[in-house]
Amino acid sequence: MDTEFFAMGGYAFYVWTSYGLSAVVLIANAIGPRMREKSLLKKIVQRTGDE
Amino acid sequence: MDFSRLHKYASPMHFYSWSLAVAPWLGIACAVLFVVGLAGGLFYAPPDYQQGESFRIIYVHVPSAWMSLFIYMVMAGAGALGLIWHVKLGDMIARASAPVGAWFTFLALATGSLWGKPMWGTYWVWDARLTSELILLFLYLGYIALQGAIEDRRTAARAGAILALVGTVNIPIVHYSVEWWNTLHQGPTVTKFDAPSIDTSMLIPLLVMSLAYTLYFCTIVLVRTRCEILEFERNTTWVKQRAAGVNAV
Amino acid sequence: MTPTRKKRLITAALIVAGGGIATALILTAFEKNLMYFYSPSEVIAGEAPAARKFRVGGLVVNDSVKRVPDSLAVEFTITDTVHEVTVVYEGILPDLFREGQGIVAHGLRRPDGIFEASEVLAKHDENYMPPEVASALAAAKSGTTLKHPQ
Repeated sequence: MDTEFFAMGGYAFYVWTSYGLSAVVLIANAIGPRMREKSLLKKIVQRTGDE
Repeated sequence: MDFSRLHKYASPMHFYSWSLAVAPWLGIACAVLFVVGLAGGLFYAPPDYQQGESFRIIYVHVPSAWMSLFIYMVMAGAGALGLIWHVKLGDMIARASAPVGAWFTFLALATGSLWGKPMWGTYWVWDARLTSELILLFLYLGYIALQGAIEDRRTAARAGAILALVGTVNIPIVHYSVEWWNTLHQGPTVTKFDAPSIDTSMLIPLLVMSLAYTLYFCTIVLVRTRCEILEFERNTTWVKQRAAGVNAV
Repeated sequence: MTPTRKKRLITAALIVAGGGIATALILTAFEKNLMYFYSPSEVIAGEAPAARKFRVGGLVVNDSVKRVPDSLAVEFTITDTVHEVTVVYEGILPDLFREGQGIVAHGLRRPDGIFEASEVLAKHDENYMPPEVASALAAAKSGTTLKHPQ
C-alpha cells in the first residue's frame, strides 16, 4: 500500500484516530461479553458442584 | 393479539436456546458487511469536493450516531415491556443494551469531534445537536448507574425503565435539533424527504456500514442478554443443567 | 388489557409527557447559552447584544478576504444576502474557510461596526459529492457546458 493512502490528504491523524478508536471499542465490546458468559457458566457449575 | 406465543419465545429459557443458534450467523454476516463497508468507505468512495479525505470519518461517525439513537429506542421499548407487561426478558434486554448504547454515543461524540476540528475549526461547540447527544450519553450513564446502585433487580429494572422512558423525549430533540435551531452542525443528508444529498458512490458504503453496525448490536445484545439470564436465573434447574452440559463438551 | 396495566401505561405516558415539557422548558431557557448565532441583518438592526460577546453567521463574500502579509490577521465580509458585516480576526482559520462558505464568528462588535472575532468556525453543508460532480454542477449552474478536449 502506498503512503498516499495513509496520509489521507493531510487528515491522517483525524481519520485514523476515528477509525482506530471505533475499532478498539467495537472489538472490546465483542470480546468482553463472550468472556463474561464463559466465566458465568463456569461459576454456576462450580456452585452446583459444591452443593 | 396472541400473547401466549410471544410469551413462549420471550421466556428466558427459549431465548437462551435460539440466541445460541442465531448469534454466530449474525456475527458472520456482520463481519462480512464490515469488510465490504470498510473497503467501500476507504477505497471505493471518492474524496468529497470540499472536505477531501477527511469526509471518510462519516463511515464511522454516522453509523455510531444512528445506533446511539436506535439502541436507546430498543432500551426504552424493552424496558416498557418489562414495566407494563412484566416481560422479564424485556428488563434483561434493556439492561444488556445500555452499555452498548453508551459506547456508541461515546464513539459518535469522539469521531464527530475529530471531524469537527479540521473542518469547523473546533473539537467542541455548545451546539444543539452536540449538546443533546451529550445529554443522551448522560441518560445512558444514568441508567447504568441506577442498575448498579439498586440491589434488588426488580426495583432496578423498574426504575431504569422509567428513566429510559422519560429520556425518550431527547430522541426527537437530537434528530431535529439541526432543523429547529441555528446549529453549526449541518442539516440531515440521508433522511431528507427528497433524494439524499450524497453521491451514490459515497452513500452505498455508508448504508453497508450502518447495516454492519446494526447487526453488530444485535449480535452483542444477544450475548449480553444471555449473561443477564445466567445471572438472574442462576438458581434455576435449567440454567444449572445447561451450564453443566456446556462445560462438559 | 387489565385495569392495573392500563393504569401503569397511563402513568408511563404521563411521565414521558412531563419529561417532555420539562426538557422543552429547559432548552428554551438555555437557548441563549447554546450556540445560537445572529444574522448580519439582525446585527445591523441592533438585535445583537452590544456590550458582550455574541456569534454572527453568514456567507463569506467573494473577493472580500484580505490577509495581512507576514501575520495571521485577516479581514473579510460576511453576508446573509441582504446585509453585510465586516469581520477582523487573527488566528488559524479552519480548513473549510473559503469565499462563498458559511461561517460562524464569535466575538465583539466594535463601536465602528466592525466585528472583532476571537474564534471563526466554518459550517459545512449536508451535500457530499466527488470533486468531478461538483465542478460539473458548477459549470451547469453558470450556464457553460463542459467542453471536451478536442
